[in-house]
Amino acid sequence: MTTALDLSNLRPGFHDPVKEGQAAFRVILDAMSNPGSMKSLSLAAQVPEDVGSAAGAVLLTLADMDTPVWLEPSLAGGELSIWLRFHCNCPLTLDPSAAAFALSKSDAALSDLNQFNLGDAKYPDRATTLILVLPSLTGGETVRLQGPGIETEAKIAPCGLPADFWSVRTEVNSKFQFGIDLMLCAGDEIICLPRTTRTLEQGS
Amino acid sequence: MNAQANDAALTATSNSPERYYTYGYLDEQTKRMIRRAILKAVAIPGYQVPFGSREMPVPYGWGTGGIQLTAAIIGPDDVYKCIDQGADDTTNAVSIRRFFAKVADVATTEDTAEATIIQSRHRIPEHPLKDGQIMVFQVPQPEPLRGLEPREMETRAMHAYEEYGLQYVSLYENVSAFGRIAATAGYPVMVDERYLMSPSPIPKFDNPKLHNSHALMLFGAGREKRIYAIPPHTTVRSLDFEDYPFETQKWEESCALCAADDSYLDEVVLDDQGQRMFVCSDSHYCSDRRAQGFRGPMAGHELVDIDKGAGQ
Repeated sequence: MTTALDLSNLRPGFHDPVKEGQAAFRVILDAMSNPGSMKSLSLAAQVPEDVGSAAGAVLLTLADMDTPVWLEPSLAGGELSIWLRFHCNCPLTLDPSAAAFALSKSDAALSDLNQFNLGDAKYPDRATTLILVLPSLTGGETVRLQGPGIETEAKIAPCGLPADFWSVRTEVNSKFQFGIDLMLCAGDEIICLPRTTRTLEQGS
Repeated sequence: MNAQANDAALTATSNSPERYYTYGYLDEQTKRMIRRAILKAVAIPGYQVPFGSREMPVPYGWGTGGIQLTAAIIGPDDVYKCIDQGADDTTNAVSIRRFFAKVADVATTEDTAEATIIQSRHRIPEHPLKDGQIMVFQVPQPEPLRGLEPREMETRAMHAYEEYGLQYVSLYENVSAFGRIAATAGYPVMVDERYLMSPSPIPKFDNPKLHNSHALMLFGAGREKRIYAIPPHTTVRSLDFEDYPFETQKWEESCALCAADDSYLDEVVLDDQGQRMFVCSDSHYCSDRRAQGFRGPMAGHELVDIDKGAGQ
């Protein structure tokens, strides 16, 4: 059965998709090439469900009919899903292992990163890109980073991640080239952590 | 008329306000597909991401991969430089530069330091690159193992299992046949100690510039439909042996026009009497040095002015 989308409360997306999409992509590319660096990714429109303009702009820039998007269960079927279907025309999936992009704003998704697509040995590019909406990208516990794109060492201190998150991530990414590429978003700020970025133990 | 003024004259007939092509030539769906491939390429340095390469208004082999990469990333605030064999004023470089001046409304330049996007075939500019710059390479054959193993499924498996013994055997055979590793361009590199990568047909002279570069390096192969990347500050090692270490080309001569002894030199045959000169392959680097007053043994040679005659 198909039902018409309720578009009565639909919020706008990009004002000028071509120019704004290009500008947003360059910010995302800059963030992905320099893991751990915080970039500003603003959006004139307010994104539904308080996921913030950075996470919204990432999906407006990159999601389309070729990329199944997984939303955490509490967001599925809500205002955000209608917004994505209207502006991105992307399929929404309930199966995290089928998702090209996954968006989560609570701890629910993070206990088991293995539920997402970790890629194929021959096609590691098929792995899910996980967008985490956090309360803030500063003020949390400091994590030190090394890897491609980082000259010596980078430090981030995002708030709102579960205590065991970094060890779970290290475990999942330990079988490189399998792994999950992360985009940490809060409001209009974004930090990208590709699977090659290693976290250092505190004090090591 | 110099090349830049010439470009300006041609872009005066920009297609705005009535635009005949979408901004950046490619449609938005294609740009998103390429952008996603670029992000995965950056996340897995050296791995070749398959992408749906499009027909471009130039034939395969003229830089369709690089043009598609540039079209997917370029914006109105960019300053664009395009070189072919190091030179800004060759036919292919001029055509591609005009193309983006027209479809993307960007400023163009020959100055390496001023450019935000540098598209290239065969060279990395001599002037050191800086943070925030993006190098776009046009790649004919992205697969470093293709000459050794023609089957794509096999080479893909070799990359998946990091099975690069064949490449070392090939280099060893080189040493046994020639007494040295004879490859001079497209010299294979290991990226972040994981993926074997072809640096595109840049001379091995440029390989050290890939290592811990400040600029992001993007590689696009249009016919072969592959995109790969090296993020800034990434380990890039040219393959070698302990007893046959990697070496770059060296010249006994210095540039005949600007006396540079640290740049990649092209040999130019001047007549059929055996006269020849060596000049910088990087045309902007050479003219910059001449403007600073450096003079080589053949300074003032008529070849210096050859680019000034172009377009008249």
